[in-house]
Amino acid sequence: MSEKMRTYKAHPMSLLFSIITKIAVIITIAIFFFIVGYVIIRGVPYLTPSLFEWEYNTENASMMPAIITTFEMVGIALLIAAPLGVFCAIYLVEYAKKGNKLVKWIRLTTETLSGIPSIIYGLFGNMFFVIFLQWRLSLLAGACTLAIMVLPLIIRSTEEALKSVDDSFREGSYGLGAGKLRTIFVIVLPPAMSGILSGIILAVGRIVGETAALIYTAGTVAKIPGLFESGRTLALHMYVLSNEGLHMNEASATAVVLLVTVLLLNALASLVAKKLSKGEK
Amino acid sequence: MAIKFDIKNADLFYGDFQALKNINLEIRDKEITAFIGPSGCGKSTLLKSLNRMNDLIEGCKITGSFKLDGVDIYKDIEITELRKRVGMVFQKPNLFPMSIYDNIAYGPRTHGIKKKAQLDEIVETSLRQASIWDECKDRLKKSALGTSGGQQQRLCIARALAVKPEIILMDEPTSALDPISTIKIEELCQQIKNDYTIVIVTHNMQQATRISDKTAFFLHGEIVEFDTTEKIFSAPSEQRTLDYITGRFG
Ligand SMILES: Nc1ncnc2c1ncn2[C@@H]1O[C@H](COP(=O)(O)OP(=O)(O)OP(=O)(O)O)[C@@H](O)[C@H]1O
Ligand SMILES: [Mg+2]
Repeated sequence: MSEKMRTYKAHPMSLLFSIITKIAVIITIAIFFFIVGYVIIRGVPYLTPSLFEWEYNTENASMMPAIITTFEMVGIALLIAAPLGVFCAIYLVEYAKKGNKLVKWIRLTTETLSGIPSIIYGLFGNMFFVIFLQWRLSLLAGACTLAIMVLPLIIRSTEEALKSVDDSFREGSYGLGAGKLRTIFVIVLPPAMSGILSGIILAVGRIVGETAALIYTAGTVAKIPGLFESGRTLALHMYVLSNEGLHMNEASATAVVLLVTVLLLNALASLVAKKLSKGEK
Repeated sequence: MAIKFDIKNADLFYGDFQALKNINLEIRDKEITAFIGPSGCGKSTLLKSLNRMNDLIEGCKITGSFKLDGVDIYKDIEITELRKRVGMVFQKPNLFPMSIYDNIAYGPRTHGIKKKAQLDEIVETSLRQASIWDECKDRLKKSALGTSGGQQQRLCIARALAVKPEIILMDEPTSALDPISTIKIEELCQQIKNDYTIVIVTHNMQQATRISDKTAFFLHGEIVEFDTTEKIFSAPSEQRTLDYITGRFG
């Protein structure tokens, strides 16, 4: 302690800096707990059984259809984005030559795409899937739009995961006469799996939290939709409830469910990453 | 003894940089050949061109002829077949993050062996050949990365042996190991040399004299002198070789 004080006396700036960093940490944590606490205190009292009734009507403002729509949306969007993103990243890391023009283009596109506000994806999805392909406001149009939205995220995280696998493993595998396919699937992918999965789970988080892109593509009907029918996810459900202003309490209750879902997803992401990286050693 | 590798007029470029200049070398069957020379002189480069690991490097161009038992390895052999016949042990142990058993069985499985009994047998013989069976027979199903550095390198040798190669290339296999592990690997080389042709890169002169039959001295991408190890270290015919082995440069 006294030693610390002596360094601080010699370098007063370092004392100042250490205080600033600590204040920043405290503010950040406080904001987090304030938000979580606010949502919970505001919403939990209104979590009634009627909110989970199978059918939505203006009486119960049930979020059950929205919960199921959210699962459908996540499932379909991932079914499209995960394989596409993972294979694209495998191409970029394992197959493409350095300085390849195509690689530069894909990098540029994914980087640009990941910086675009989601409302723009919504407008594009509206023009292309909803109007041009005539899918109308539908689950499928929404899922395709969200798939495009999370694609850069999945490509990026998969790329990073693949790059973090030591080249000496690849050399060892090729040195034993294994081909590219076997090397990638048996040697490279398993240790990269935790990174890939946590990227995918982050993508799920973005899908669950998305509203802007869905208003224009999946619409806001409060029923469990088929592929070509309109439906609203939890986040959108909450947006619509608070927008109408008639069900503020139910909206708060929905917020609790949404928050818990996202927190659980994040916990799952870090759990998966930990489990898998332990499995390697 | 028969010539295993016959290298004629080989040049190798990394982009514009010429890393090997007009290499001519004969590597004989069931002998240990050592490559020595200062850092950056092209030892690893030549070693890697013997099982075409250079193919993985972009911008690497090779001319000249590399013949294995009279067949050109850059033209007339399938690359996986070549690497099955010419195994490699790297400078740093690079066991895969899986069990010891799966590591050793990786090569045979790659080449189509599926039966458990047969794999069991290959794993045991390879581990015995690499003198590490006793140390790990009780933990075959445990992760290979839980072993010591010296054990890992011997497991790497066992893994290379498991595909039943004819030639084993070793790139400074002991440079990351302690003296006792180093001795163990050297003894291992002596034991298996009756069945395998070994090419080893080393910075350790004593190691070259202890284990090799022939030695090639490299300088700036050329082979300055190639002869029996005894001759190289007692009466080299080139002044530059003498300077190097007596530690006057490099
Ligand atoms: N992938 C590469 N791209 C470009 N140049 C390379 C590459 N690998 C090696 N070189 C160059 O080729 C020359 C020979 O390298 P090499 O690795 O064969 O040397 P070495 O004799 O094995 O040295 P060391 O004893 O340090 O391992 C060096 O000048 C090196 O810089
Ligand atoms: Mg080297």
